[in-house]
Amino acid sequence: MPEPSNIHNEMYGTEGLVRPQYAAYSAWLKDKSLEFIKQKQLEADTLFKRLGITFAVYGDEGGVERSIPFDIVPRIIDHETWQKISDGACQRVRALNAFLKDIYHDQDIIKAGIIPAQQITGNKLFRPEMRGFNVPGDVYVHVAGIDIVKTDTKQFYVLEDNLRTPSGVSYMLENRRMMMRLFPELFARMPVAPIDHYTDRLLDNLRAMAPAGISNPNVVVLTPGSYNSAYFEHAFLALQMGVELVEGQDLLVNNNTVYMRTTRGPKRVDVIYRRLDDDFLDPLAFRPDSILGTPGLLAAYKAGKVTLANAIGTGVADDKSTYIYVPEMIRFYLGEEPILANVPTYRLDQKADLSYVLEHLAELVVKEVQGSGGYGMLVGPASTQQQILDFKDRILANPANYIAQPTLCLSACPTYCESGIAPRHVDLRPYVLCGKQVSVVPGGLTRVALREGSLVVNSSQGGGTKDTWILEQ
Amino acid sequence: MLSRAANNLYWMSRHIERAENTARLLDITYRMSLLPYRIQETDQKWAEPWALPLVINGLASTFYARFPGPLSSENVLRFMVLDPTNPSSLYSCIQSARENARTERGAITTEMYEDINACWLEIRNHDFTRLNARGISNFFDWVKMRSHQFRGVTYGTMIRDEGYGFIRLGTFIERADNTARLLDVKYHTLLPSAAEIGGAVDYYQWSALLRSLSAFDAYRKIYRDLITPTKVTELLVLREDVPRSLHACMNDIYEILKGLGHNTSKEAERLAGELHAQLHYGRTEEIIHLGLHEYLMAFLDKLSRVTQQINSEFLVPVYKQNQVLN
Repeated sequence: MPEPSNIHNEMYGTEGLVRPQYAAYSAWLKDKSLEFIKQKQLEADTLFKRLGITFAVYGDEGGVERSIPFDIVPRIIDHETWQKISDGACQRVRALNAFLKDIYHDQDIIKAGIIPAQQITGNKLFRPEMRGFNVPGDVYVHVAGIDIVKTDTKQFYVLEDNLRTPSGVSYMLENRRMMMRLFPELFARMPVAPIDHYTDRLLDNLRAMAPAGISNPNVVVLTPGSYNSAYFEHAFLALQMGVELVEGQDLLVNNNTVYMRTTRGPKRVDVIYRRLDDDFLDPLAFRPDSILGTPGLLAAYKAGKVTLANAIGTGVADDKSTYIYVPEMIRFYLGEEPILANVPTYRLDQKADLSYVLEHLAELVVKEVQGSGGYGMLVGPASTQQQILDFKDRILANPANYIAQPTLCLSACPTYCESGIAPRHVDLRPYVLCGKQVSVVPGGLTRVALREGSLVVNSSQGGGTKDTWILEQ
Repeated sequence: MLSRAANNLYWMSRHIERAENTARLLDITYRMSLLPYRIQETDQKWAEPWALPLVINGLASTFYARFPGPLSSENVLRFMVLDPTNPSSLYSCIQSARENARTERGAITTEMYEDINACWLEIRNHDFTRLNARGISNFFDWVKMRSHQFRGVTYGTMIRDEGYGFIRLGTFIERADNTARLLDVKYHTLLPSAAEIGGAVDYYQWSALLRSLSAFDAYRKIYRDLITPTKVTELLVLREDVPRSLHACMNDIYEILKGLGHNTSKEAERLAGELHAQLHYGRTEEIIHLGLHEYLMAFLDKLSRVTQQINSEFLVPVYKQNQVLN
């Protein structure tokens, strides 16, 4: 575990000086009592619960929803820092889009010897069905969530790219609404960049990607259903965009065209923003036991009658074993130097890396190659001897299923806790949108590890969220 | 709108209405049980007042499997109030309604969701022993008020779109079904002693039936007379100015279906219109002549055909393979 003195505190610099981006907030906070803060926190918790802003926890009894913990102390990021994060995240998504187009067409990156063919075609998230298929506008990744951490004033690392069905954007938007409700005066004092146009831009992008010749495309959001952990978000996005929220059973495919079942008969669907994994989309093409999908959807997609966002087969690009090649992709496809760094990563299918990692498990973070949500990972410094030994057995059973990274000393932000306001570790997920242009709204989801010293920020593992304020110039 | 969404909204309001009806019936049964007057014909198990809530919801066999032995008021209350394993308990109705609302939160207003969610959060924290100690009637009042409130919030905040139509449709279908069943069962119980009309027992029994349908004051206002079976029948079946009568419910159902109908099919509207006409032009003497039980059974049968048609036309449509779609 890093020494507390090494932790980068985003609010206070050396000798306890308040950093400039926090100056106005700090001045405001100075004369507020702990009682006041407590009261506001309670108000926020009550509102979140009553409004039913929830997520479900897998493995919990009967999919009970909980409110995601929300912290009322904002994370504040200055304009220059944001510029770098935003440019870096967009750059990655442009490269990853180019990569997806390439591997499903000419595979130049393999021919150039940058990535071994096995890494791509041998990956179970690679979809041979997509070979040679042209997706509308060459856009594969319409929405990406790029997880970024900060370790000191200048140093950022990308932890992972989420290119399948990244979630959390509804919390980014709801957190802002909550903060404006609780502390309107702060928004008058500080130039916080607005983020509310996210859903407008998303809808605009989705409509722009409709199949050719459709003048007024019908966009829908496809959800696995109300028991999914992110159902609240699916419903939220559909409502904000003013489009229908559908389940697989609401759709039918007739003559390679997709329709939804309405009270006035079938209605054609042109663009599907799907929050359902590839495997479950179409029981005829993928998992035959899926009851969440729609038979014939892949055929309609490949006939160019419907657009899926994100495209099928993006998982091969956000796999943690592909992650290590992203800086090379940026150089190869864009001819640019990466703006944001990768975390040094050990590949456990490599003998030398494996033996090093097994020796140093207590210092490292080990993740499943295709895992997500903080499940199936080991944070060495926070684990017991027994947990480490157990995990060692799992690694040895299938080393290629894991990667390892040094334990990064994540930056910390002031956070409300029982005893007052204390620093807690955070990460950041900005949402990159890809339509005719690649863009990102100035903000993101800050996740915070609420337990003292903890580095795991996932909501499924006891993490919370904060509103993220990007200061305009 | 999506058929599945319409189905969820329709069931959301049916569940709320069912909770309200059950609370009314349990409340009146409970109050009656505190009186010294009891019905004599208790050799018929189903005619026992505490069996009514079970019979009407078709739960008698489930109940006796769960609580063998003599019927006790406490067991019926335990089963019907907070038992999560009973799909018709007040707890389950509110849970289902809230689950429907949560699934369709995009189709309803924030106020509606907050209201039903708050109701659910509250009922989750109740405990039967404590409720009983505080007076179970207070709890029934609470359920009734929550139902009134939810209907009011819906009325006051929701856009008059298709979804609103399906919500109201659910309310009136459930209400018509409940009134018909309650009247049928109560009437059976009461008939054997019809000769003694005017006696104290009958007075309380009839007034209980009227009260459980919020029709006691209406009866007094309209007839200013003793309570008689014929007038009760007229009031609860044919009077369209009594909000829980069959006629009043069919007025709404027919009107709503006229609004929801579309080009491809108007069969649900036609069936509802037929049933509506029967009530609109019906006469009490004919009902009595036919037999109220037979009349109500025929009504429930036709109502069920209306609901089946609503299902296949709007809520759970099935398209034929290779049907040409526009």
